[in-house]
Amino acid sequence: MSGYLRLLLANLWRRPLRTCFTLGSIAVAFMMFGVLGAMTRAFSAGADLAGADRLLVTHKVSLVQALPASYRPRIRQVDGVRRVSSATWFGGIYQDDRNQLATFPVDDLEYLDIYPEYVVDPEGRARWMTDRRGAIVGRPLAEQYGWKLGDTIPLRSNIWRRQDDSDAWELKVSAIYDVPEAGGDPRNILLHYDYFNESRGRGKDLVNWYVVQVADPARAAGIAREIDQQFANSPYETKTSTEKAFAQGFVNQIGNIGALMNYVVSAVFFTMLLVTANTMAQSVRERVPEIGVLKTLGFSGSRVTGLVLAESCLLTLLGAATGMAVAGALVDGVGEVVRRYLPVWSVPAEAWLNGLGIALLLGLIAGAIPALQALRLPIVRALRGH
Amino acid sequence: MTQRHLFRQILALSRLNLRTLPNRAGTAAVAVVGIGGVVAVLVAALSITEGFRAALTLSGRDDVGVILRGGSVDELSSGLPVEAVRHVLDAPGLPRDAQGVMASPELYVIVDVPKKGSGTPANVPLRGVGPGAFPIRGSFRMVQGRAFTPGLNEVIVGRGAAAQFEGLAVGSVVRFGGLPWTVTGIFADEGSVSESEIWTDATVLQGSYQRGTSYQSIRLRLPEAGGMEALRRHLAADPRFTLSLRTEREFLQGQSGVLVTGVRTIGILIALVMGVGAIFASLNTMYAAVAARGREIATLRALGFQPPAVLVSVLIEALVLGLLGGCAGGALAFVAFNGFQASTLNFQSFSQITFAFTVTPALLALGIGYALVLGLLGGLLPGLKAARQPVSRGLREL
Repeated sequence: MSGYLRLLLANLWRRPLRTCFTLGSIAVAFMMFGVLGAMTRAFSAGADLAGADRLLVTHKVSLVQALPASYRPRIRQVDGVRRVSSATWFGGIYQDDRNQLATFPVDDLEYLDIYPEYVVDPEGRARWMTDRRGAIVGRPLAEQYGWKLGDTIPLRSNIWRRQDDSDAWELKVSAIYDVPEAGGDPRNILLHYDYFNESRGRGKDLVNWYVVQVADPARAAGIAREIDQQFANSPYETKTSTEKAFAQGFVNQIGNIGALMNYVVSAVFFTMLLVTANTMAQSVRERVPEIGVLKTLGFSGSRVTGLVLAESCLLTLLGAATGMAVAGALVDGVGEVVRRYLPVWSVPAEAWLNGLGIALLLGLIAGAIPALQALRLPIVRALRGH
Repeated sequence: MTQRHLFRQILALSRLNLRTLPNRAGTAAVAVVGIGGVVAVLVAALSITEGFRAALTLSGRDDVGVILRGGSVDELSSGLPVEAVRHVLDAPGLPRDAQGVMASPELYVIVDVPKKGSGTPANVPLRGVGPGAFPIRGSFRMVQGRAFTPGLNEVIVGRGAAAQFEGLAVGSVVRFGGLPWTVTGIFADEGSVSESEIWTDATVLQGSYQRGTSYQSIRLRLPEAGGMEALRRHLAADPRFTLSLRTEREFLQGQSGVLVTGVRTIGILIALVMGVGAIFASLNTMYAAVAARGREIATLRALGFQPPAVLVSVLIEALVLGLLGGCAGGALAFVAFNGFQASTLNFQSFSQITFAFTVTPALLALGIGYALVLGLLGGLLPGLKAARQPVSRGLREL
């Protein structure tokens, strides 16, 4: 066995430059495959991370339409509902118009209990509840802008004005939350809905959506129907969907990123297939006399074919492994920055598996024609060198 | 050795190389396809950003202004009471036509309409417009059906929206905000972002969305350059309102920055990385070409052909392969993508924009230029090798 491997490696190393270039272009292809795989997953991960026990209630026409705050107790009465919190889009801006921060007035601790992935220590929770103007901010935001506990952060809202018609909202940092596991957005600011509602100049008692936690995820669909029936034929009809369906809706709106990435990757792989096939064809052409010798020594035609195919697959597998390893290192290298915006950021496990399969397939296809030539080659002609 | 002599040698060698190219069709094709693939991906990715630019930036006019509540950067988060609208329309020096001031107070809401193909709901803008909306936009025209009747629940649909979303054909009835609306026509506006929208009468929309008498934005024809300062002063004059004025072009640029930069960055990065792969491919091709002709090159050298002539002739061959690849890739991108209609979510306006992949001559030139660079890089090392090879060794080669 090791003898075969040595033969394969020796054949590959016969033209080191050519082998290196071929390896290089295969590695580049697989590196892109890995990185694009990480990107596709990062954009579609929202749906996979969604809590199975959470429902989102929005206005039937569009999420942008407001719902009355009075729906909260009515949703709570629906059988099977455990917790309800409203959330409203605040449109927070810090210092510069470009720093738009995802800021939401929410119904206090109930919201935090619905989202256990947002981790706040008990003292922080207590501090938040004693400060009307208190806010809970994500750690990456606090680090980026140098906010500390007790700091006052002057936010502006591009939607909401206070009763005195100013758009400046001063919030105080009560606690900093962490998102230890992938899931949830680590860059949010949460403030008290009651304080927000009392202070805003118009649009009082309206919220943008409700988050509902159900006791039994298996009954989620039925509960969603029941909530929508409650408000059917009112001026504010609702649409209740699971968080997963809601997140998937957003992914669908962006358009089919996955398909686009697949087109690019297919184009790259097609090119690499040609490069590898060309290398193999050249390599077999050069070695025709050697193949004659092998056959004279008693190697059967199928065995020589196997050697050529194995060489081709070894080439693609080496290239693929290098490429995927570089992809992994790259994705990891920029991970700290990217994860601030896209919480799920890694080369997916199935990409490694698919990569292995694609590498083998590429190797087999690229080696097929030269292998066939080697199989059919009569010994006499081979020894003569054509 | 004179310059002219060298030049003639280069010419002779290049002609020889290129004439024998068909004999090496297989290896040459690898370089051409490799470079072609890179150029196709580069041009296709950048044609998306060109499409966005056509829809969002280029269509924005400098003689049309957008007025929002101060501090708002998009129409969705803006709000203007009717008093503010009256104050704006009272401004001195605004251009007028037969119907009065050329301005349109507008409402902007978002409705869920299923996307064609997937059937999943998408955020489509529903815009309530005043009668001034049509003359302001100089290139607005109905392409099918008729305009909506003011006061009725009727809508007209932009050409892009009609193509991308379901159930918006002329004559069909859609439900927004619990009410049925009849689609009476399809409009076009030279590929601008308006073509992603659905339009109706602003006052009807106010009623059905419980907006009272308030609006969200005003679009108006701006006075000549000299009148702008007076208009700004007038807008700031009433302490009850803070109003912001941007030209339509500035406004749309602000809305599309993230999308355009994002797609462009990703496209260029992919093309750069793929380019590295393609350089490897063309290195292989050119090394093979040089190796196959080792003896021939040595013979030529023995006959008196100079090393620089050999190097340049290899580079020229590589450039020709690059050019072929670049043209093939550009042509592929043009045939496959130019004019292809698509839509995506613009997070900055929180609504769908429809756009067409636009392959411009500048993009094709860029792609071919990149292909030439890739070809040159792929030919440099093999060319040097060929030029430096000792004549005696080359002649001995089997």
